[in-house]
Amino acid sequence: MFGKILIANRGEIACRVIRTARKLGVRTVAVYSDADAKALHVEMADEAVHIGPSPVGESYLRGDRIIAAALATGAEAIHPGYGFLSENPDFVDQVTAAGLVFIGPSAASIRAMGLKDAAKRLMEKAGVPVVPGYHGEAQEIVLLASKAREIGYPVLIKARAGGGGKGMRRVDHPDDFSEALSGARREAKAAFGDDRVLVEKYVDKPRHIECQVFGDNFGNAVHLFERDCSAQRRHQKVIEEAPAPGMTPALRKAMTEAAVKAARAIHYSGAGTIEFIIDASEGLKADRFWFMEMNTRLQVEHPVTEMVTGVDLVEWQLRIAAGEKLPKTQGEIALAGHAFEARLYAEDAAKGFLPATGTLHHLKFPDAAPEGAAMRIETGVRAGDAISPFYDPMIAKLVVHGKDRASALNALREMLARTEVAGSTVNTAFLAALAADADFAAGDVDTGLIGRHQEALTAIPAPSDETIAAAALAATDAGAPGPAADPWSTLSGYAHFHTLARRIRLRHGEENILARVSARPDGRFQVALEAPHDAVNTHDLRTMPRAVRWPGHVTVFEGAVSYTFTVPDPLAKADEAGAASGSLRAPMPGLVKLVRAATGDVVIKGQPLLILEAMKMEHTIAAPHDGVIAEIAAEGAQVSDGTVLVRFVEDGQG
Amino acid sequence: MATLQTQISPSSDTFRANAERMRGLVAEISEKAAIVERGGSDEARERHVSRGKLLPRERLAQLLDAGSPFLEVGQFAAWSMYGEDIASAGIITGVGRVEGTEVMVVVNDATVKGGTYYPLTVKKHLRAQEIALQNNLPCVYLVDSGGANLPNQDEVFPDREHFGRIFYNQANMSAAGIPQIACVMGSCTAGGAYVPAMSDETIMVRNQATIFLGGPPLVKAATGEDVSAEELGGADVHTRLSGVADHYAMDDEHALAICRRIIKNLNRNKAVSLNLQKPIQPLYDPSELYGVVPTDLRQPYDVREVIARLVDGSEFDEFKQNYGTTLITGFAHLHGMPVGIIGNNGVLFSESALKGAHFIELCCQRGIPLIFLQNITGFMVGRKYEAGGIAKDGAKLVMAVATAKVPKLTVIIGGSFGAGNYGMCGRAYSPRFLWMWPNARISVMGGEQAATVLAMVKREGIERKGGEWSAEEEAKFRKPILMKYEHEGHPLYSSARLWDDGIIDPARTREVLALSLSAALNAGIEETKFGVFRM
Repeated sequence: MFGKILIANRGEIACRVIRTARKLGVRTVAVYSDADAKALHVEMADEAVHIGPSPVGESYLRGDRIIAAALATGAEAIHPGYGFLSENPDFVDQVTAAGLVFIGPSAASIRAMGLKDAAKRLMEKAGVPVVPGYHGEAQEIVLLASKAREIGYPVLIKARAGGGGKGMRRVDHPDDFSEALSGARREAKAAFGDDRVLVEKYVDKPRHIECQVFGDNFGNAVHLFERDCSAQRRHQKVIEEAPAPGMTPALRKAMTEAAVKAARAIHYSGAGTIEFIIDASEGLKADRFWFMEMNTRLQVEHPVTEMVTGVDLVEWQLRIAAGEKLPKTQGEIALAGHAFEARLYAEDAAKGFLPATGTLHHLKFPDAAPEGAAMRIETGVRAGDAISPFYDPMIAKLVVHGKDRASALNALREMLARTEVAGSTVNTAFLAALAADADFAAGDVDTGLIGRHQEALTAIPAPSDETIAAAALAATDAGAPGPAADPWSTLSGYAHFHTLARRIRLRHGEENILARVSARPDGRFQVALEAPHDAVNTHDLRTMPRAVRWPGHVTVFEGAVSYTFTVPDPLAKADEAGAASGSLRAPMPGLVKLVRAATGDVVIKGQPLLILEAMKMEHTIAAPHDGVIAEIAAEGAQVSDGTVLVRFVEDGQG
Repeated sequence: MATLQTQISPSSDTFRANAERMRGLVAEISEKAAIVERGGSDEARERHVSRGKLLPRERLAQLLDAGSPFLEVGQFAAWSMYGEDIASAGIITGVGRVEGTEVMVVVNDATVKGGTYYPLTVKKHLRAQEIALQNNLPCVYLVDSGGANLPNQDEVFPDREHFGRIFYNQANMSAAGIPQIACVMGSCTAGGAYVPAMSDETIMVRNQATIFLGGPPLVKAATGEDVSAEELGGADVHTRLSGVADHYAMDDEHALAICRRIIKNLNRNKAVSLNLQKPIQPLYDPSELYGVVPTDLRQPYDVREVIARLVDGSEFDEFKQNYGTTLITGFAHLHGMPVGIIGNNGVLFSESALKGAHFIELCCQRGIPLIFLQNITGFMVGRKYEAGGIAKDGAKLVMAVATAKVPKLTVIIGGSFGAGNYGMCGRAYSPRFLWMWPNARISVMGGEQAATVLAMVKREGIERKGGEWSAEEEAKFRKPILMKYEHEGHPLYSSARLWDDGIIDPARTREVLALSLSAALNAGIEETKFGVFRM
């Protein structure tokens, strides 16, 4: 086994790898960009090396720096995680050339599977069923269109170098082919620098089922059963599970055999995944699955396989890379129970799944799995960490295992309801809605399920009066424990006869809410909401939905649904106060040395407008607020104390 | 500690009758409180709100920590006086908490006669300042007042305890290190201008607040200058040019947020020198006090039943239990704070007075705050007692009460008559706070005694001249006296004139005392130096 490895990744997967390495007594080196200087994976690793600025192109994709870091720290091997450099054969070559071990397959294996059409030809040759399609080099539109006709509509156009749904188009009718083709090419070019495409049969009621395989350097290959990743949103996996619901012994046998065959065909070493597409229009049939592609790395969703097989896949990766044989034979690998993984993302499901950023001011996961279940929370962030725009906005993977699918799904729902994130918009409610979807619960999933149900899955009911009341109470800090036992802390809301009502302003989306909160002698609180809510209710903090305060906001949790309210800070009006004065005056007598803006210019707060020379010093006069300049002093003008230097166009005058 | 055992059964008929009567009294006061809490007329309030201003109680709530207690002082000031409704004398005062610091808040109510100062407004403002000074509480003035009420100028302006005293107090409190903060949210004219000007830090709300010695009409008359109120003394002028004010606020909410920030930056620390315990609830529900107090003021009751419903765990360690039994003295804890309690169980004899004086000496020696539960008809009279020196023994008690420097709190739970009021720390003896129950009565003597004394004098006079006075005539003579004493002895009459700090719900006496005492502990406990005790 290695003495020390470097993990060329960040986030949850880096943390995941570090945990197994530590278990095996292997020391770890993390790498990090500027944005990740204080990240969890940096804290967890034994050593950490800074490899560049925040953009991935200048840090996590810089193979040279990563190799240099490995050499400098004395790491013997590099674990690439997933994404980034994990399927880059050139990087593998460089790693090997540097005398280091790449924890993953050979560059040749990666290259063999890198181009989809070549991979399919290879698989066809090896006797693995592939989707009918055209994977040729010729890319003339006429040829591609005629191939599409041959295959039969509907067809799918895909980028040859692609992945993740980019450069992919479904075409239902020959008339739409050329437009879809140019769209696919544009995306492919932008994403992969390669606009070549392939055309395939579009599969009806498709399911995405993938098979986990493992090979070693002694010619052994095994499978670890399948995972179902059909719950996808635009080719992004949302909830994965193992085993596949409704899996038949015949299909499993055929599929796993094909997967092992595929692995052997390229002398595969390490962890890999063979993705299949299944036509589930008539249930799962052993003759209706086709090879899609092979992922020559550890998958994001690998924990579900670990949960049902009891195998630590990262451990196997390390062992095999270190030259050991596969720890288990096929016969020793068994399937037990059912596992789900839900991907918790910083994204706004209600707004078309727009990626979100923000600081995770509050982050709370379930402490323990629900009764009878087991769980894992795979995360690379802590409360207080930021979700930056530089990287994938995944916050955590909630992984759960139960004795069967129904109990595992129940446990997943409960875990989602007990997950609290505030500070960034997250998809918890969407995940919970999917976990509660009747078709999903019945195991009747295909890759179109989420698209068909999207409206229902992303709908968030308007906040109830009780939710608003909880927000109002949290915004006042009512019920927060005061210092010690002083009666001024504990006799909340006392008044001789009628308690004072505190006005609280909240904003939810576009709605402004005014609440009046008063404490009652019995320790409960009365919250009166103005129209249109028009409600007066008494609330007990102990039974109210949980609410957390974070700067400028309150987030209320109602199961997996969370509502975030903005709490306006009256002190922020100080900025307005500055804006209110429509002019900027000379702080002292002096000479206008340089004028850097002109009448009519739109300026932003802090922008230098002119330089005033006074008392032998140059004073920069900057815009105190955003605005439009109505008048500005002339260069060379001698001004006295209090002279108007800049006048702004006031509201309504511009 | 010794736990008090109640002798009262909440299921008895007497208890029920008592409770019903007290509920009625409390409800009546509560209704009247609701009236004064509204402030001025509907029109006046609407006009106020239409200018974008918050109502005084909204301002107050916005200033205080959310859910903070508010110990209002002088709620019924000016009740039924001046021939018109001057709710709370047009000013709200009380102790509240801002950023964890207890402060005295003084809020002008511009919806009541433009927030002008009636004689009782001045008295109440001064009382608030007195509380602040005695208890070392920072003062926050939410100013919105037209200044002195001109028709009443002779009772507002010239005297020692009149308008000018407000600024004298501000200066001397500032000198004593008690912060003075003004938040000007409306007009602040002439003499009133000195409230912000004399403050340590001042906030002004734009387009609302004005500070000037002479308003635009006066300026026009004096110099012919035409100037708007905003140009003359608005927030911009005073925060940018004159420096009369320090902070420019966009509106009430903003101003109050700035005010809270100022308090947060005061760097104050409440150092309590008492040996505190963990607070525990009394064994007996304080709301049972409704049933404890007899419907008839003349009917005595055991003050221990009251104490049992006020103090932690109903634990009370009596001092001199078997001596001078008409005065009950002992140690207890109130919300974890040690207190010495003195309560009446009947008329004061020499022994009772001596016991009280002794107990006060103990508390002062040990730095233990004192609570007086007043239900007193007076000192015993008669030849035996005069000869026994009741006057000098009573004087010992009065001497001890007057000079004791530990925090003193008084609650009038029944009668407060004659010299008994003095011996039991009445208003003149500067208790930090003085509260009254709705059933209480206060006068120089009971109505009955007064009528009897006056009738006797009258009869003597008539009979000396050889005249005759029938029983009927005497009854007719007595009736208005009885009525006058009943009227003038009523808590509302007392509260209207600020003879007390407010009428409270007996069931919440424990809370009121706890808050009062804790507020009082903001000032360190001074050492007591007694005067000469006549022996």
